Amino acid sequence: MADIALHHVAKRFGEVEAVKDLSLTIAEGEFLVILGPSGAGKTTTLRLVAGLERPDRGSIAIGGHDVTRLPPAARDVAFVFQQYSLYPHMSVYDNLAFPLRSPAHRAPEDEIRRRVTTVAEKLRIAKKLDNRATQLSGGEMQRVAIGRALVRDPQIYLMDEPLSSLDAKLRADLRVELKRIQMELGATVLYVTHDQVEAMTMATRIGVLNEGELLQLGSPREVYEQPNSVYVAARLGMPQINLLPADLVPGLSLPSGVSTVGVRTEHLVISEPGGDHLPARVHRVEHLGDQTHVHLDFNGLNLVTLAGPHRSFAHEERVGLRLIEPLYFDGEGRRIEASPA
Amino acid sequence: MAEIRVERLHKAFQGFVAVQDSNFVIEDRSFFVMLGPSGCGKTTTLRMIAGLELPTDGRILLDGEDVTFKRAAERDIAFVFQLFALYPHMNVAQNIGFPLKCEGVARAEVRQRVEETARLLRIEALLDRKVSKLSGGDRQRVALGRAIIRRPKAFMMDEPLGALDAEFRRLMCEELRDLHDRIGATTVYVTHDQLEAMSMADRIAVMNHGVVEQIGEPQEIYDRPATMFVADFIGSPPMNFLPFEGSLRRGERSVGYYDARIEVPEIHEDFSGGALTLGVRPEHVALSDSASIRGRVFAVEYLGTNQIVTIDIDRAKLKARLPARTAARVGETVGVSFRAPKVVIFNATTGRATRSALFEGANRG
Repeated sequence: MADIALHHVAKRFGEVEAVKDLSLTIAEGEFLVILGPSGAGKTTTLRLVAGLERPDRGSIAIGGHDVTRLPPAARDVAFVFQQYSLYPHMSVYDNLAFPLRSPAHRAPEDEIRRRVTTVAEKLRIAKKLDNRATQLSGGEMQRVAIGRALVRDPQIYLMDEPLSSLDAKLRADLRVELKRIQMELGATVLYVTHDQVEAMTMATRIGVLNEGELLQLGSPREVYEQPNSVYVAARLGMPQINLLPADLVPGLSLPSGVSTVGVRTEHLVISEPGGDHLPARVHRVEHLGDQTHVHLDFNGLNLVTLAGPHRSFAHEERVGLRLIEPLYFDGEGRRIEASPA
Repeated sequence: MAEIRVERLHKAFQGFVAVQDSNFVIEDRSFFVMLGPSGCGKTTTLRMIAGLELPTDGRILLDGEDVTFKRAAERDIAFVFQLFALYPHMNVAQNIGFPLKCEGVARAEVRQRVEETARLLRIEALLDRKVSKLSGGDRQRVALGRAIIRRPKAFMMDEPLGALDAEFRRLMCEELRDLHDRIGATTVYVTHDQLEAMSMADRIAVMNHGVVEQIGEPQEIYDRPATMFVADFIGSPPMNFLPFEGSLRRGERSVGYYDARIEVPEIHEDFSGGALTLGVRPEHVALSDSASIRGRVFAVEYLGTNQIVTIDIDRAKLKARLPARTAARVGETVGVSFRAPKVVIFNATTGRATRSALFEGANRG
């Protein structure tokens, strides 16, 4: 395994600056997730590391070696795509063995058998080795695709939304499995996705990318609890963070320069009306089983908060809202640290 | 507006039973969701209510009137398929007004009702726009407008949000439900997405293999699943299952799970012995040093508001929903306990929940 270092990397396609001056180090054994919407530059970043694109500026090193000018085959990276492309006429075993039989590797057959069996057990598809690839379920096919990357034992793994074509339950299972395998192997993984749950649950660190720019890099907890901008705050968290214009919350003593106050749903607490609580009206209650989302109307703003599953509200009930640990942002959307009182 | 009554509804396609003896009532003005995996019979049921499919047996009553063999056009129901099907050469107002124009409604009235509909959907400002210039959300609102302008007795919706990405789907769910609250038309909505069902429905019918397994309010179904299928289909992550062999005695408040005793709601039926399964929702699993059931932390998934911790207890892998602050490290050994009043005991052979104090409390607040 190896680390990856991107140093001031930039890539432009015609008018579009896909990646802007990106500097990023992925430590050996780290699971780094780049999170961003489509068009953010995530896939381009991955392709730059793989060698499928050449950067306009900057350099890329893998395991301390500058690979900026090296072709993909010379970089020893394994790429897992969103669309698993297995060979339909081959068995699962032959699909897994394929990379090891390529001219670049040419491993002896007993070595191949050992590695394919080990990987199949890790991925829990050992019983399916003799099946045709077409006889597998979607989840099993994606496991084989991941397995094809694992058998090669490359220096780094690059993964481009490998779970996004699977249904919700399967995705949840494979998230846990992928993370477990990565930890067992101590593998270095660079993973891109638009799915915040994948980022939060699997990443050692998350890089939030938008319009080719890395906005914040940190552990899931740091990025969620200490976002550096309104954009990052709104990108993570379901339901989304509540954003209130500062002039609507006169009761709070705000640091100077605050234009937006952000309150996570779990930090907006329903209390008695009156006092210095924000007056709001219950608009709709969603019972989702494990928790209840309460939609509130506050000065024409729609706010969302959480309540216990068995709390009931009258239609249009008037309540007071208490803010815990609010986050402050300036007019540019940058975070302002609350000064200690 | 309408109440829809489905009685002993049955549909077979050349020996394959798509819908088996369904009975339910959809109350006037309610939002009713039929939920289940693909092939469970939910769409077939919807199509029979709409008149697009004839039942093999049974009756469908619309406001008390038997419409079982009436043609779709005679039922005064609007069917909303995957949205987005708009006429690109017409503007927004023409698209919305099209169904009325087809019925030969006078132009002045069409215009008035288009305006009313646009107000309801909050797209008054868009009426003169070309539909090709609209955002995805606005196109969807226009498609809805075309369905509601006829003011039908009821709406049938078949996975209308299926093609959208997750975040946009959440937004449209809210809008659809809001719209329903404003116009109050009886709505029957089909989906395979449990979160969509939970967030929108007044009542949910969970279907599997052509059979309605349970009907009830979302929270009711979540808290008191009638079958293991329902318990597993609803909730993310789903209910934890712990299979074991044992017997049940009326009046007891615990069961033997291997060498541990697990507290449960008071048992209300006798079971002489056999395969049973305990069902526990992830939020009713807690870490407890003194607990006799012990396991190893297998995975920790931080979600911001809380975290999902997977614990391997040898015989099963349990998922616990814990506060984000609770310390849990992969590999460490922990004890687990369950919130006794919420535990469900299933007969593993039939898949049905056994009777207990948990279920006696049903529908009594």
